[in-house]
Amino acid sequence: MAFSFPAFSYVIALIVDAFLIFFSIFHVIAFDELKTDYKNPIDQCNSLNPLVLPEYLLHLIINLLFLLSGEWFSLLINVPLILYHIHRYNNRPVMSGPGLYDPTSIMNADVLTVCQREGWIKLAFYLLSFFLYLYGMIVVLIAV
Amino acid sequence: MSHPPNTYNNVPGQQNTNPGVFQQFNQIPLSQLPGGVNQDGNSNKQGSVTGFNSQNHLNQSASNSPAFNQPGVMPPTSSPMRPLKPISNQPPMQNVQNIPLNNPSVHSKPNTVPSSSPYPTNTQHQINNNAPPLVPSSQFSQPITNGPMSGPNQRPINQYPPSSSFSPPPLTNQSTNSHSPVNPALANQRPPTSVPSGLINQPNTPYSGPLNGPRNSPLTLGSSSLPPSSIPNYAPTIGPPRGSLVNGPSLPPMSAPMVSQTAPQGLPSGPLRSQPGLKSGPPQLQNQYNNGPSVPNMPPMQSGLPSMPPMSQPGLQSAPLLPPMSYPGLQSAQMPPMSQPGLQNAPQMPPMSQPGLQTAPVMPPMSQPGLQSAPRMPPMSHPGLQNAPRMPPMSQPGLQSAPVMPPMSQAGLQSAPRMPPMSQSGYQSAPVMPPGLPGAPPMPPMSQPGLQAGGPPAPQPMPGPASGPPTNMQNRYPQMQYSTPQQNQLQQNISKQFPTHNMYGVTQQMGQLSVTKQGFDQLWGHQMVDLLRCKHILPEYPEDPPEIRLGHQFAESPNCSPEIFRCTINRIPETNSLLQKSRLPLGILIHPFKDLNHLPVIQCTSIVRCRACRTYINPFVYFVDAKRWKCNLCYRVNDLPEEFQYDPVSKSYGDPSRRPEIKSATIEFIAPSEYMLRPPQPAVYLFLLDVSQIARESGYLQVVCDTLKSHLEQLPGDARTQIGFLCFDAHIHYYLMSEELTRPKEMTVLDIDDIFLPSPESLLVNLGEHMELIKELLTILPQRYSAPGVPASALGAALQAAYKLMAPTGGRITVFQTCLPNIGPGALQSREDPNARSSKDVAHLNPATDFYKRLALDCSGAQVAVDLFLLSSQYCDLATLSGMSKFSAGTVHHIPLFRAQRSWQAEQLTRMFTRYLTRKIGFEAVLRVRCTRGVAVHTFHGNFFVRSTDLLSLPNVSPDAGFAMQLTIEESLADLQQVCFQAALLYTSSKGERRIRVHTLALPTANTLPDVLHSADQQCIIGLLSKMAVDRCATASMSEAKEALINAAVDVLSAHRLAQNLPAGAVSAALHAPMSLRLLPLYILALLKRKALRTGTSTRLDERVADMCFMKSAPLCAVLRAVYPDLYPLHTLREHHRDELDAPDPPRLQLTAERINMTGAYLLDDGESMIMYVCHGVSPAFLSETFGVASFSQLPDEARSLPHVETEGNEMVHAFIDKLNEDRPHPASLLILRDNSASRQLFTERLIEDRVESALSYYEFLQHVKTQVK
Repeated sequence: MAFSFPAFSYVIALIVDAFLIFFSIFHVIAFDELKTDYKNPIDQCNSLNPLVLPEYLLHLIINLLFLLSGEWFSLLINVPLILYHIHRYNNRPVMSGPGLYDPTSIMNADVLTVCQREGWIKLAFYLLSFFLYLYGMIVVLIAV
Repeated sequence: MSHPPNTYNNVPGQQNTNPGVFQQFNQIPLSQLPGGVNQDGNSNKQGSVTGFNSQNHLNQSASNSPAFNQPGVMPPTSSPMRPLKPISNQPPMQNVQNIPLNNPSVHSKPNTVPSSSPYPTNTQHQINNNAPPLVPSSQFSQPITNGPMSGPNQRPINQYPPSSSFSPPPLTNQSTNSHSPVNPALANQRPPTSVPSGLINQPNTPYSGPLNGPRNSPLTLGSSSLPPSSIPNYAPTIGPPRGSLVNGPSLPPMSAPMVSQTAPQGLPSGPLRSQPGLKSGPPQLQNQYNNGPSVPNMPPMQSGLPSMPPMSQPGLQSAPLLPPMSYPGLQSAQMPPMSQPGLQNAPQMPPMSQPGLQTAPVMPPMSQPGLQSAPRMPPMSHPGLQNAPRMPPMSQPGLQSAPVMPPMSQAGLQSAPRMPPMSQSGYQSAPVMPPGLPGAPPMPPMSQPGLQAGGPPAPQPMPGPASGPPTNMQNRYPQMQYSTPQQNQLQQNISKQFPTHNMYGVTQQMGQLSVTKQGFDQLWGHQMVDLLRCKHILPEYPEDPPEIRLGHQFAESPNCSPEIFRCTINRIPETNSLLQKSRLPLGILIHPFKDLNHLPVIQCTSIVRCRACRTYINPFVYFVDAKRWKCNLCYRVNDLPEEFQYDPVSKSYGDPSRRPEIKSATIEFIAPSEYMLRPPQPAVYLFLLDVSQIARESGYLQVVCDTLKSHLEQLPGDARTQIGFLCFDAHIHYYLMSEELTRPKEMTVLDIDDIFLPSPESLLVNLGEHMELIKELLTILPQRYSAPGVPASALGAALQAAYKLMAPTGGRITVFQTCLPNIGPGALQSREDPNARSSKDVAHLNPATDFYKRLALDCSGAQVAVDLFLLSSQYCDLATLSGMSKFSAGTVHHIPLFRAQRSWQAEQLTRMFTRYLTRKIGFEAVLRVRCTRGVAVHTFHGNFFVRSTDLLSLPNVSPDAGFAMQLTIEESLADLQQVCFQAALLYTSSKGERRIRVHTLALPTANTLPDVLHSADQQCIIGLLSKMAVDRCATASMSEAKEALINAAVDVLSAHRLAQNLPAGAVSAALHAPMSLRLLPLYILALLKRKALRTGTSTRLDERVADMCFMKSAPLCAVLRAVYPDLYPLHTLREHHRDELDAPDPPRLQLTAERINMTGAYLLDDGESMIMYVCHGVSPAFLSETFGVASFSQLPDEARSLPHVETEGNEMVHAFIDKLNEDRPHPASLLILRDNSASRQLFTERLIEDRVESALSYYEFLQHVKTQVK
């Protein structure tokens, strides 16, 4: 039982993952508000857009740690999401600020559904990975 | 024939000058009308709203979003209206119904013939002038809503049956019938054209005698022998509506007037809408009333008829309709036309299931009467026979009116002799009937050609002639080619024998018997067209949109005009899977702020809305009792406020259905203060003028300033109207016009990166108070900027300055731009590669920066709209610039390569700008679209900002803006009778009044694939597809968008193939399309060849994008004309010139070189421009008469106006062009080309059915589609 680097990265991952879960909950709620007309899309995009890059960044940090600590399995699981993030950001609408969401197209039913589904899927993924990291951490801590 | 008034060029303030007939509540002095109705539009009197406005101020709020749908804002309900003081000459209620519609032919409105109207004596007048088509209302017993029923001239419902009783007619029929066996033969031998009308009429005579029951009277109205007394009693309800509707429009131009005139005379109270009907092209037939929906009502009627037990039912229904056509003398003229209506009816067939089911029980009894009447039958076929030879094969479609007849055969029998043209179908079927019915196994006979099937009772005589000379009917309805009289017979027989629900099975059972199948198809309005064989598919005169047939409860409720509100499918599929199967796009097109001549305007203390979904009360709500109503969108039961019981017209209490809200599907409310979150804004106009080097070269400034100067007084607005000017090149120039100044003072801001306003006030000044200063400025400006300037344009900075100036009030910014903005914020680089103008895939359709979009969103939040006039002489990156208009609900106007020296371009700009300045405008508007539960808006198209799932924010709304919404079906609609859409536009009029314009559309549902396919509205589909394609260009790529368009055609035809069990396209020789979608491939091909979507031909990027902007935001009528321009032959104008007063009305030609004759002259009209194309072989007489030149070579190479020559021919062409110009926002520009002019390509490239390099011809396109149809 020793506190190794892999164990450290799992601990960090757990903490960051908790944040990511909050991000995606916020995301889901925000789009639900849009759908039920509670919020003006301009305001909503203004509050969502600044959060996009930090989320991506946090996710990258975890994976960087996994890479460095050689936790290949956890890394492998996260690679598709990284690729998706890159793809998503590359295809964002023309906008001057950071972020993904364009208030003029966000209310399109297709876009709205896609965004909402994305939020739910990410939430599920982060939740599952939270338990995975927990398990991983325990395994690493025990396996000495 | 009076044309509907030009709805466009209304100068604000002129709108209320309606003739007396249309008097509305409007004209009641407001002082007398506290709770009544107010005037329309911009013309509100200031005084009348002062008290009202002062209230408004109480309700200010910081937020700028109007309380459109806040639950809290429900107006206090129970403040009863003060009763109206008696007002003399108060117009009848029904005027309200007529009001909104410019187009008289809009679908059947409820009978507006004198109901409770105070104008009994006036009926004739109303009928002729403004009454919408009458519908035999008797079939729908809706005592409450159907005012007309009880009209002075009409019998009450319960008396009606006798009028249609059959007993007497049979007797008379028999006498005539005796001829029948002989006559058919005679008829066959006659050359088609030679049938003297007298012969045909002969059968009528017996009927005119007193013998005939009341029922007959309508038929014989025309004949003098009829006892006069019977006319008033029976005529009105029965014949007229039909007659006029059916005959009028469909008649060839020549005969039309005849019909229309006689009808009114014969039928005093007749619904004669015939005139408008004629004008508006093919009628919307009222046949549906005969069909199913009405059946339920029959029993009561029937009770009065001892002699005709069950049979009479059908008879009643169809009989009334037929009469009109029977006018002696008219027959010959009517024949060809008649068939037309038949065709048109077909697609409109009501839900068959209903009629079918209901008629089913009736069937057995029917057969017996049928037997009895057998002897009589032959005679009836007689007229049919006679007509037959004359009728071109296609005209037989009259048969299609068969659907009308289901009940029908009897009708045919009785009225036979009298019913010449129309009844043909009736006649023919009659003979067959009797045998068919009794014969237990009906199928075998039917499978055989009609002749044999007829069997015993002399069906043989039925002429198979079909040898009629082709008339132009053929061109218009080619698909009819295969329908022969025999088939028609069959259809009818079949229809009688099989209740609807069986039909389907039967059809399939007999799949191999194509004749029978066709019969079924026609019967149910499911005809199809073989696109490959049908060369002349375009109707010669524009068709009306397919009619909407609601269930019987609302059958007479006024639906929204199709010019305002249209759906791509007139029967909404019940489930999403059915919609997917049909592969049709589902969506609605709205033209919410269209100029209307007659709009009911209501001012009341509380607007009645559903408490749950906030729907406005409308004609399609259900009144649970006198105190409660059930919302038609969410089905909540709401209380009705006390004051809603009051009818402002009859000044009586107790019948909520008399309210204008219930009588009209388009209505405007003057909103109480609950609908304002701030005091209504004044009209504020700011003009941003580009004065860079290129702008100065183009010389547009002179044109704009002159136009503006002469229209300053006509700018819509009230005493608070403000105006301002800003010029920009490398710097921003402000113009200060304050009290103490004698001349406008220019202030220039050099720092364009951090823009500021040099003066807190006087940059926007009151228009009325500073008129002189403003005019002086407009005089100075062009001179001030005539010297060469700097080649730089700081548009972005100027827009920021404008936003700062306008943000506190909101209003309209008008930007004139001539070059690419190249300095300051929002600077752009040229992205167009001139060498790639004709490349396969077009790049740079998306904005380069979101600067303009963000600015537009800011503007939108501040209730400012930005309109862009792009007068470019070089690439301006419209794709980016258009963002400023797209998201602020502005409009983009584009005149490529503008030079003021070219007088035609200057004129075009003047016309465009004049219309722009003087048209109505609504400020700080929001448009909300509500749908019945289960249907949801999916995507919006147009210029606006979507603020929530069903709310569009429109800082400005203009009468030339159209919107589209794609819909999805989220849950099953199977248990619904109808699906409703309500669009409510809340806006501030230029007079500072808050108003709500509400449009409601109700559509029935469909549960089978054929029903869906055959109720599609192809024009509307094209409107929606064009917008979807533009979207696709932006989100994906142009090639994908084009692919998607072609797939749209392929998908629909595949769906139809599936529905009809036809062989796959690749193995079939034919490409079948439903009648209702027969033009879809043609329109799609035309769309693919639009500037916006064409590839392979050199097209400037800006023009392409401008065309896309146009398609996204223009109303349907404009889009259609632009997609498939109208081509008219000018050299035959005289043949289509019916009377002196009226402009000629030539048929449209298809856009193919085949239709261009070397000896002709043609006019191509695409809405924005007209091209007159003169071929070299045209006769010198025509040239001298029309152009005033002696020979072809003296024509100028290209002329921009038609000279005025003192000849009849020249006047006629002018009259024709003027007539065409009436229905568009501003007159089109004219270009006259010789067929050897250098620029004749301008004309030939519009012949979209021909092959051009890189694009398919129509035939090739069809072949391509055919191979894809799976």
